[in-house]
Amino acid sequence: MIRFVIRRVVQGIVTLWVIVSLVFVLFFMTNPDPARLLAGKSATLSEVASIRAALGLNHPIWQQYLSYLGRLLSGNLGESYKLHEPVTTLLGQWVQVDISLAVGAGIIWLILGLSVGILAARRPRSVWDRSATVFVLTGLSTPTFILGLLLLYVFFYVLTTHGISIFPGAGNYTPFLTNPAEWARDLILPWLTLALITAATYARLSRSSLLEVLGEDYIRTARAKGLSERRIIYRHALRAAITPIVTQFGIDLATVLGGAIITETVFGLPGLGENVVSAIGREDLPVIQGIVLVAAAFIVVANIVVDAVYAVLDPRVRLS
Amino acid sequence: MSLLSVRDLTVSFPTSDGVVRAVRGLSFDVEAGQTLGIVGETGSGKSVSALSLLGLNPGADISGSAVFEGTELLALRQDQLRRVRGAEIAMIFQDPLSSLHPYYRVGWQICEAIRTHRRTSRAEAMRQAVELLRMVSIPQPERRVSAFPHELSGGMRQRAMIAMALALRPKLLIADEPTTALDATVQAQLMELLGGMQRELGMAMIVITHDLGLVATVADSVLVMYAGRGAERADYRTIFRSPHHPYTRGLLASIPGAAGSGGRLVPIVGQPPSLIRIPSGCAFHPRCPFAMDVCVRDQPPFVPVSGGEGHLSACWLPPDAVGVDAAADVARQRYVEGRRGPAIARLRAAVAGARPGGAVAHG
Ligand SMILES: Nc1ncnc2c1ncn2[C@@H]1O[C@H](COP(=O)(O)OP(=O)(O)OP(=O)(O)O)[C@@H](O)[C@H]1O
Ligand code: SF4
Ligand SMILES: [Mg+2]
Repeated sequence: MIRFVIRRVVQGIVTLWVIVSLVFVLFFMTNPDPARLLAGKSATLSEVASIRAALGLNHPIWQQYLSYLGRLLSGNLGESYKLHEPVTTLLGQWVQVDISLAVGAGIIWLILGLSVGILAARRPRSVWDRSATVFVLTGLSTPTFILGLLLLYVFFYVLTTHGISIFPGAGNYTPFLTNPAEWARDLILPWLTLALITAATYARLSRSSLLEVLGEDYIRTARAKGLSERRIIYRHALRAAITPIVTQFGIDLATVLGGAIITETVFGLPGLGENVVSAIGREDLPVIQGIVLVAAAFIVVANIVVDAVYAVLDPRVRLS
Repeated sequence: MSLLSVRDLTVSFPTSDGVVRAVRGLSFDVEAGQTLGIVGETGSGKSVSALSLLGLNPGADISGSAVFEGTELLALRQDQLRRVRGAEIAMIFQDPLSSLHPYYRVGWQICEAIRTHRRTSRAEAMRQAVELLRMVSIPQPERRVSAFPHELSGGMRQRAMIAMALALRPKLLIADEPTTALDATVQAQLMELLGGMQRELGMAMIVITHDLGLVATVADSVLVMYAGRGAERADYRTIFRSPHHPYTRGLLASIPGAAGSGGRLVPIVGQPPSLIRIPSGCAFHPRCPFAMDVCVRDQPPFVPVSGGEGHLSACWLPPDAVGVDAAADVARQRYVEGRRGPAIARLRAAVAGARPGGAVAHG
């Protein structure tokens, strides 16, 4: 197990290094002139030159690359061109929003998706199963921004115009530590937006996974032992069917943690997703680079965790 | 009264291709403490019959009767059946690797069987699990009890399955091809184990197999099935020495070294029939070397023949046409000669017509 984790961590570091290098190539080498960008339109040539010198842009590429790696290793992601704050500080603030989003939405979509999937798998071709199919198809074919706007319209606009203001509109976010109740209230609609759509995937996945397991010989053995249907589903079938779901969950969670661009934009949440969009708009290279790296790191870490969890869940997996 | 008395069991599956008539009016009895071997080719309905007794056949249309200790099994609700499963009638299956849950330890799975039916503490159930593993001759049972199925060899796994099945001292153990997935030496050991357990616990057993030779060591009586029906039934000596049904005769011929294999009869040719379009009359007629016109027309009843006490056969050959020696085959041949007419001629023509394509036509 330990050897396995070490090997995967090394693999993860290599992956991140590749991503970091790609980012360098994309953002620094293909960019016409970051110094000019930073200096602004009215800057004089000498101003641009001094900024270029300050950023080390006069050095040969390989030196720039090495000092870039060196800065990254020391945890220095540079400073935002426009916000004039260290990128790490900014990322630290923004990622909290995504953690909040991911935790709440993840719990909802997991519970909802699994429940629908189990219900459907227990009675294939029943009314439940057909309703589940409708749920899945709707979820898979509804764009996130439509669902987000719809929820905002119904739960914010309609309710508020009728004098019931339970749910806040877009642009509200209260940190958890400031006021947990407000935090949840501000996030419930974004959670639902993300969760309803993602739950469709989980409903489909858990239904097919369960149905497959229910056809296995060991389920017949469980029946032949005289176990209750309940125990067969939850202790025997789900135990085996959960493995692909856990894998999917890890990756999906990491994806949201790296920024839920559309949901954040619709609800005006200051997370990584919304900020990467605005950073792109103002050509704020250090910020874009920082967010890309964080998002990539989440995926890499999630893959390692998922593999380790897989090994814990399935005793047949040998880690060596 | 028999421990289990099955009458006219009929099982079919509606499928998109048509109705699969897997079992068609099967009757047999199992006496307390005795072993019945059910033998037949693949697809003859052996597993379906066994599973139907315990309601483990989702999607099947089942009719007939199966009385176990005075209780009609086929009339029980699922929750009532659950109390029978594992506790009164236990079952083991062909492939022990896929039949044990891959994610749970062997001991855990045995404990679960015990605790489902009896109020037992976890520790006591675990102690019993170790004892059960010891009983089925698994070495180092204290250690093996916490092994996962994939950590055991094929034979050990099946022993663990047997231990689990015996955990509640069932009155009837149904073993569905318990050794098919294993190699020959392990097969013999397991059969010996099953026989030993059966005597020791005084339980009844149904051993399902397609290998007639294998049941010789354990079975008191044998039921030969063909296309969902009983073809022949007798005590095992009669089956081996004085079979009546040509299908049984063919099965014997396919056992290497057995009494019937020296004769001129080749093992059965052709494929088992489709269970959606079953041949008319005697379902075996397209493959039977003794088929007569009557066989194509009418289904033979399952009636007593002269091989011995309780010897039943479903075949139009005369009741005294039993035996495996050359003389018996000559007598059979002589009997059928005058009874072959247009129906058999048509059948032969159809087979001959199909031969260039390599396929054997039936029906
Ligand atoms: N759920 C089902 N739906 C449709 N057909 C089925 C179903 N279960 C079994 N059958 C069919 O019933 C027939 C009898 O199957 P069964 O499993 O009883 O054969 P068997 O005698 O046990 O053969 P084997 O030696 O291969 O185990 C087969 O043709 C099989 O395809
Ligand atoms: S009834 Fe006819 S076809 Fe069937 S086994 Fe007997 S002889 Fe053969
Ligand atoms: Mg079978």
